[in-house]
This record gives sequence, structure tokens and C-alpha cells, in this order.
Amino acid sequence: MRVHVDWTRCDGHGACAELLPELLTTDDWGFPILTGGQREPDVPAALERHARRAVKACPVQALRLVD
Amino acid sequence: MTQLLQAPLGTNRLLGAAPDLPLPHLEAGGLIALVEQAGLTGRGGAGFPTARKLASVAGKAPGIVGNAMEGEPLSSKDAVLLSRSPGLVVDGLSLIGSALGARRVLLAVGPGVPTGPVRQAAVNSRVDVLALTGGFVAGQESALVNQINGRSGVPSDGLVPVFRRGVDAHPTLVVNAETLAQLALIARCGADWFRRLGTPADPGTFLVSISASRPATVAHPGVLEVPRGTPLRAVLTAAGTDLDRVAGVLVGGYHGAWVPPSEIDTLLTTADLARFDAGPGAGVIHVLDRGNCPLEMSGSVAAYLAGQSARQCGPCVNGLPRMAQTLQRLAVPGASPGLVAEVVRLRGLVHSRGACSHPDGTARFVASTMRVFADHVEDHLRGDCDARARRLDQV
Amino acid sequence: MTLSDLDDALWALGRGTGVVALLMFTTTLVLGIVSRSGRQVAGLGRFGLAELHRTAALTGVGLVAVHVTSLFLDPYAQLKLVDLAVPFLGSYRPLFLGFGTLAVDLLLVITAVSLLRNRVGPRVFKAVHWLTYVLWPVALVHALGNGTDAGSLWMDAVAVFCCGAVLAAVSWRLLPSYAERGRTRVARVVAR
Repeated sequence: MRVHVDWTRCDGHGACAELLPELLTTDDWGFPILTGGQREPDVPAALERHARRAVKACPVQALRLVD
Repeated sequence: MTQLLQAPLGTNRLLGAAPDLPLPHLEAGGLIALVEQAGLTGRGGAGFPTARKLASVAGKAPGIVGNAMEGEPLSSKDAVLLSRSPGLVVDGLSLIGSALGARRVLLAVGPGVPTGPVRQAAVNSRVDVLALTGGFVAGQESALVNQINGRSGVPSDGLVPVFRRGVDAHPTLVVNAETLAQLALIARCGADWFRRLGTPADPGTFLVSISASRPATVAHPGVLEVPRGTPLRAVLTAAGTDLDRVAGVLVGGYHGAWVPPSEIDTLLTTADLARFDAGPGAGVIHVLDRGNCPLEMSGSVAAYLAGQSARQCGPCVNGLPRMAQTLQRLAVPGASPGLVAEVVRLRGLVHSRGACSHPDGTARFVASTMRVFADHVEDHLRGDCDARARRLDQV
Repeated sequence: MTLSDLDDALWALGRGTGVVALLMFTTTLVLGIVSRSGRQVAGLGRFGLAELHRTAALTGVGLVAVHVTSLFLDPYAQLKLVDLAVPFLGSYRPLFLGFGTLAVDLLLVITAVSLLRNRVGPRVFKAVHWLTYVLWPVALVHALGNGTDAGSLWMDAVAVFCCGAVLAAVSWRLLPSYAERGRTRVARVVAR
């Protein structure tokens, strides 16, 4: 399972980075930076619940989990 | 004016008279096998194996879109191809259309490309010629499909690719105009014929658009067809380039990379250009004259690319202008050394953070500039710019 | 307890829940604007702020449900079933009751779409969410016009407080400095 950011929707609200800091931080302008510079980092099983919460928290539904 | 050069490199397949051979009718399997055997790869920039692209939409009654958007400012091959050999492009589309049982067959033509000849050539076919708008990013696959669907011509999130959902929400195949023309020739003359020129790993020919930052440095700029694997030097010579004045050669376009003058014998293949982080791309070959400062030039290109952002994705909208500004400040001699680190940092910030590869390509171009012209950067930090000095000497 | 006592209790419950619901929706609106600005509020986090906004909204919805039910059961309010859905047909102060019905209708649509936002997608969700700027004034007018406490000091105070809060929040929303988030950024153009 991987994290996918729909960059056309993302407006840098930053809720995702607060809920999934292991995989997401924010840049100068508030947009998420994914760990390791990967486009779609893997979600370890232990973080799956937090990842789902982060997906729900995004106010513009820019974050998704993909297989 | 875009000149059509004679074919001193012995190739006029695409731009010469069409071979007097009938266009065969092929079924999906036959077409895919033929294209696979020929080893044709996309001529639009990405260089993806065409057979695999065809296979991705086989059996799905797809939409077929020919891409003649020519978004790259330094490129004029789509314009030349559609003026000289529109029939080949139409043939390529018709071939794919009938083999794959396409529901719609379209040719998307960009603002700088003439439509008259191709409309004429398409009269007795089922190809719809669409004159579309847009700049650098408009030729990107999903941006193109969005424009055709009546929406804004900007890229979509890549989660659902166009070969799954594209024109009218159906699976869609987008193919560059030159690739279509090559395919039309392969269908007539065979895969072995195609492979007679080029290299085993990178077969066939391709169209290059040659230009220079100073008019006199390349005597005959324009569009030339060359076999893959031709040394860059040979192409430059064919265009009448004054090799002594070459400070660097930009290969692939504004998302491409620089080849330093010491490496002018590099072969024009995907593999050989890879070590410069370059590729044949859309065939752009741009010579930087010694009288032009590479940092100034790159700064303007970066600024242009920043302006061409679709403005959808935060890192691109914010990062590219910042990167361009930093490069432009670096282009002023006596610049602060901290600017170099800032360029590197911004490159990292924009890479892979957007819906399309516009920020990635821009970052690649900027990285190549800093790498190939590292000595020049050093000069600038010390307060020198030998390009400027050279230019002043000539006055 | 007599029937009249029960009626009084229902009436009181109806009024009480109505007023608190108005306060809830005022809170929701203000929190929504703060949340949209992307600013952090100490200790809450952006996700915390968004959750608070959601909780306040749903609490308001619950209170409205009680408000409508208790008044429906109270004969003094003279509510017919149709008044719950179709506005301006009521017996008691039909105009202001109508605003209440309208508010309930809007609330139902907004709540349903918000709870189903993953199904309807961000664009539909956003479009419907704009209706909250219609919902709030409609609810306020209903409260002032229908509420029998209108004119009493504490009700006036509540009304002034709610108006003040919303006006302040909306004014801030319209300022150019609203869109800045930390370091200056260029706004994206939402193209699709």
C-alpha cells in the first residue's frame, strides 16, 4: 500500500503531515514532502491506521492510498 | 523561416517522396508484432516503445490521438512534417485506427503548426484534424486529452492514465506525429528496412531541429532527418556549424541536458546520451555560442519554463519561479556562493512533486547547466564571465 | 406532572436547543474559516481544528433534530409534518417559521453531502459547502423572528455575539492577507 498525492488538488493545508509525520513533512510553502524523495512511498503495516486517518483529514481529498 | 535541409546524411525517408508502395491493412496482432520487430520508440520525447503503447489499448475500441502540438519552442519538426508529408501522418493514424478498431481517430495540431496540408491529406480518411491551443505543457498526454474533452488543457493527476480513461472517458492512445509517420513507412517497407539505419538498440531515423543562440554559428538551421546513432558532430557539421564557437549543445529541448564541446562525438542514441542525463527527446539540438553566457541563457529558459507552468501544483507554481530567479541572480557576475546551494535545494524541492514531469524536466535542465558549466559558475562567483568578455571583444 | 407542564417542558427544550444550535453553527462557521486559512491554532493542529469544526457542526445538527422534534410534539408550536420540509406554510409566524424550515432543508443537504464527500468528490462537496453562508443568516433570522425570547436581554446578547463573530470572521476571510500561509506563496490556479 502506498501514499499518493493528487498534486492538482493539494493546496498545502498540512493536515496530512500532522497525522503521518513518519512519511510526510511540509516544504517552505506548506506542501507535503514524501519521505526518501519517492513519488509514492510505501506505508508500513504499523502506520496503516494513521495513513487512513490522514487521507480522511485532507479537506480537499488530495491524499489517497493505492495498492 | 524553417528551412528543410537537404539530406547530406543520406536519409530522406520522412521528408522525401512517399514510397510507391500500398499501405497494407493490418490486424492488431500483426501491427503490434511488426512495430515490435522494428523496435520503434516514441519520437515525441518520452521514447516509450510504441509496440507496448499499442498493446495497452488493443481490444478496447480506443480513441487514437496523433500529437502534433509542438509545444517545444526550439522544435519545428511537427510543422515541417505536417507540411511536407502530411499523408504519412494520416496513414499512420488510419493504420492504427483500423487495426485497433478505434472509435475515434484525431490529430491534435498545435498553434504553430499549419493545418492546411494535413486537412487536405485527411479528406478521404476518418481522421479528424483538431486545431488546439496551448504552450509548452499543452502537448502532455493528459493535458491534450483534457483539451479535446472540452476542459482546460492542463495535465491530470496520473493515477488513471489516458490509456485507461481518456477522450470521452474511453481508453486512449496518444502518439507523436513523427512516430505515426515512421509507422506508416514501416508498414509499407517492413521492419528490416526500418532497422537498416540506426543502431540495433535504437533503430531508425529521427527528425532534429537545429538552432543556435547566435545566428551565424549555425549556417543552416532547420529540420534534418538523421539516423539514430549519428555522432552529434556530424549533425552539427551538416548544418554548417562553426565548431570552434560551440560552448555547449542542448540536446532534447528545454527539458533536456547539455553536451559539452569536448563530447561532440557522442552518438545520438538514448544509451549514449544518458550519461549527460539527456536523451534524443523531441529532437531539439541547440548550439550555445561562446559569446553567450550559459547562465544567462539558462536563467531565461528557466524563467520561460516557470511561466509555462499549468499553475495547478504548489511545488511547481512556487518552486520554478524561485529556481529561475536564483539562476538569474547567479548569472550576474560577483554572485554570492550561497546561490549555488540554493539552486540545488530548490531542484530537490520541485523534483517529482507535481502532476506532470514539467518540474522534473526543468530541474534536469538546471542540474545539467550547473554540472556542465561548473567552471563558468566558478568564474561568475569570482566576478568574471568570459562569454561576456568575448562578446565585448568582438564589438 | 400535568400535560401543560409537559408542553411547557417541550417548549423550553425547543427554545433551548434552538439557541444552542445557533451558537454551534456560529462556532462551526468561524472554525471553518480559520481552518481554511491553514493557520495553526495553538495545541490543536490543523487536523484538530478541522475535527472541531466537524464536531461543532454535527452537534448543531443533533440539537436541531431535538429542536424540531420537541416543537413538533408541542401543540403550542402548531407544527404540521409538512412544515418540516416545505417552508412558509406554517400557522405560527409563518414567515419566520419558513426560514426555519429552509434552514433545516439546507442543513440536511449540506450534512448529507459532507458525510458523503468521498463519494461525491471534492468539487461537488465544495460547491454545496458554500451554502453554509446561506444557512447561517437564514437560521439567524429564524431565531430572531420566531424565537419568543427575541427582545430579551440575554437573547439579544447571544444574537450580537453571533453576528459579531461571523462578521469578524468573514471580514478576515475577504482580506488579502488571509491567503498567506507562513512564508509567502503563489496561489495555485485551480484549473479543473
